[in-house]
Amino acid sequence: MSSRAQVYLLSFIFIFIGIGLTIYKNSELEFPLLPGERKAIWTVEAKIEFKATDKPVTVSFALPHNPPEMGILDEDFTASGYGFGWDSNQQERRAQWARRKANGKQVLFYKVQVFKQSDAPAHEQNAIPPVETKTPDLSPSLKTTISQLVTYVYNRSADNTTFATELIRLINDKEPIEDIQLLLGNQGLSKTRLALNALALAKIPARVARGLQLEDGRRNQKLTTLIEIFDTDHWVFFNPKTGQKGLPGNFLLWQRGGSSLLDVEGGESSKASFSIIKNSQPAKSFAILHGAENQAALVDFSIYSLPIEQQNVFKSILLVPIGAIVVVLMRILVGVKTSGTFMPILIAIAFIETTLITGLIIFLVIVSIGLFIRSYLSRLNLLLVARISAVVIVVISIMAGMSILSHKLGISEALSVTFFPMIILAWTIERMSILWEEEGPKEVFTQGGGSLLVATLAYLLMTNQYVEHLTFNFPELLLALLGCIILLGQYTGYRLTELRRFQPLAED
Amino acid sequence: MFFATPCKLKQKGILGMNKRNVSYIAKYNQRSLYPLVDNKLKTKLVAEKAKVSTPKLLHVIEYQHQIKKLADLVNQYDGFVIKPAQGSGGKGILVITERTSEGFFKPSGEALSLSDIMRHASNILSGLHSLGGKPDVAMIEALVQFDPVFDRYSYEGVPDIRVIVFKGFPVMAMLRLSTHASDGKANLHQGAVGVGLNLANGKALCAVQSNRPVDEHPDTGSHFETLQVPHWEKILTLASSCYDMTRLGYLGADIVLDQKLGPLLLELNARPGLAIQVANNTGLEPRLTHIETMKKHGFSVDQRVQYSQQQFGIV
Repeated sequence: MSSRAQVYLLSFIFIFIGIGLTIYKNSELEFPLLPGERKAIWTVEAKIEFKATDKPVTVSFALPHNPPEMGILDEDFTASGYGFGWDSNQQERRAQWARRKANGKQVLFYKVQVFKQSDAPAHEQNAIPPVETKTPDLSPSLKTTISQLVTYVYNRSADNTTFATELIRLINDKEPIEDIQLLLGNQGLSKTRLALNALALAKIPARVARGLQLEDGRRNQKLTTLIEIFDTDHWVFFNPKTGQKGLPGNFLLWQRGGSSLLDVEGGESSKASFSIIKNSQPAKSFAILHGAENQAALVDFSIYSLPIEQQNVFKSILLVPIGAIVVVLMRILVGVKTSGTFMPILIAIAFIETTLITGLIIFLVIVSIGLFIRSYLSRLNLLLVARISAVVIVVISIMAGMSILSHKLGISEALSVTFFPMIILAWTIERMSILWEEEGPKEVFTQGGGSLLVATLAYLLMTNQYVEHLTFNFPELLLALLGCIILLGQYTGYRLTELRRFQPLAED
Repeated sequence: MFFATPCKLKQKGILGMNKRNVSYIAKYNQRSLYPLVDNKLKTKLVAEKAKVSTPKLLHVIEYQHQIKKLADLVNQYDGFVIKPAQGSGGKGILVITERTSEGFFKPSGEALSLSDIMRHASNILSGLHSLGGKPDVAMIEALVQFDPVFDRYSYEGVPDIRVIVFKGFPVMAMLRLSTHASDGKANLHQGAVGVGLNLANGKALCAVQSNRPVDEHPDTGSHFETLQVPHWEKILTLASSCYDMTRLGYLGADIVLDQKLGPLLLELNARPGLAIQVANNTGLEPRLTHIETMKKHGFSVDQRVQYSQQQFGIV
């Protein structure tokens, strides 16, 4: 078989499999083709890490328990070598992992899928009344100051809720009253602790609640602490750091009351961190995803089976081929000159972190300053590797300088400057500088402009929500993309720029 | 019209970049043969073996510590050329035409100090000009004493003749003349003048600068009408024999004319550009197809040159 026929056959097979699987997944497994108005499913993964000390290990971890406004779809406990059980009481739901003997670093996972229940009632109907709160154990002087504060707030409130609102407002006031200043400053109390103490002295039932702000693609998140108080028949939430009343939007309440989030016996340096990812899929496909039904093999061996942290990484990686096809199209069909073949993709990935306009400005600033400094370095007779290393350091300094300057000026966007791949930038500066010396500024602008043009197009495509949805939910489309790229590799027609270049030849 | 239609270009037999890459370079140039042309030192050694004349190799600098000795080496010559063995597109070539007590002079008259030259050599060794930044070696070559026949047509730089050789047959040729605009460089896209040459006799056919036809050299004002490249058959034979020497099916041979030594092979290119079509005001494709569909032949180099002159020359 000739190589040409092989190419056609191969690309046809790839495109067929890619599109075929996509259609199958769409029609049979009901994966939506468009990101649309489907119910958002949040997958939250808690990662528990600790160092076992060669003793029997018991890990007790608080789990979400009927979280308000959220429904739990599915849960998964992954810990090889550990026995699993429940450690619950009426107030709390806790998972318990145990093992006779373990040594070294241990990692346990808990994965939960939740969705937003928009029709949840504003107040819980059957809120469990709190157990009697104990008066906190405080030093006499502290107690006196806090009591003064309680009296002050009491006179300015009508009921428990207004008391708490006013208290937290005062604590968060830009210029707090003297008592609070003293308590927060000299006594070193945290805002949360102060509020809890004051509420306790005021005999208002209150407790700490911890939860997670659901944001797509987050890794290594920590829980946010809230305070809830009991007012006649329901709990009211407050954010002690902002004074905001009620639950924030897209908030998964993880633990209410209870002592600790995580207890580890037989281990040390334990910590829990959370990763979050959002899928826009109908609940039905999740049923298939986790049910042991016969069709599930395709799904089971998919990206969804990876831990969330890796899924988030893949979400970005799966966009790289999109950048690649833009490069292929722009080079083979249009004939745009770029500096470095795949540089535009790297720039585009940096743009995703910084947003387009900021990214363009940062890129231009860094490269122009870099070129300027590099032109001086070229006079110093340095060896190439040393010179590029010097440029790398210069690039890092420019980045640091830009970050600090923008921070002082209050422009937060430029802080994302760090996402630019600095070694690549240094090489770009070096190459452009050589290009400038050898072929003149015109060529530098042609290639630099070409790179930015391709990077911008790649960025626009890679950040398109439909593209993002398709690449992540239908990774088999990559095969179709591969087929297209192989086909394009055989394209022997003219490039768009050649139609201009050879235009004089076409004249009679 | 700003753009030509693809149809029209096809009809004129213009070879595009994609077709060149897929149908000629990938098909006729074996990957394993590339180092032979990508590395000028290897080209030179093969050429010497095949008795193809090239500018004399004076020295090779392989290690950074040898750069210290550069002063002793270059002081022996009045003029010389330092080039990277693996440079591409004429990058990193430093030509010194004159040496005085004040320093070294480029053809443009710009003076360089010894340390400038040492830095240049050091950059070459670090791989600054080589493809992919590979460590490289620097070659010091004898300066070509250019045939004065081109004096009227050249400004600040080196005139050279590019011949495209397909399966051993010369298929198209052009003379590249540097201009003030091209800063002494012979690359057409930088503003050098390309003069299409009649394969039959080496006479100028037409000339272009920046894609526009010109009748005279923009700096010297000499008309191209009377231009004829001397030693024409020798040039074609030299180019054609590069096929036997490298076995590359599609290649570009860059040839210069030395006053005493005649045509010398400067370098070979396994991916020659397509500007030659603009300089000749004609497409390459029909000629390539002609050679491609030829029946088996047992032609010698001379017979191939003759055949090309008859087929592609304009009488």
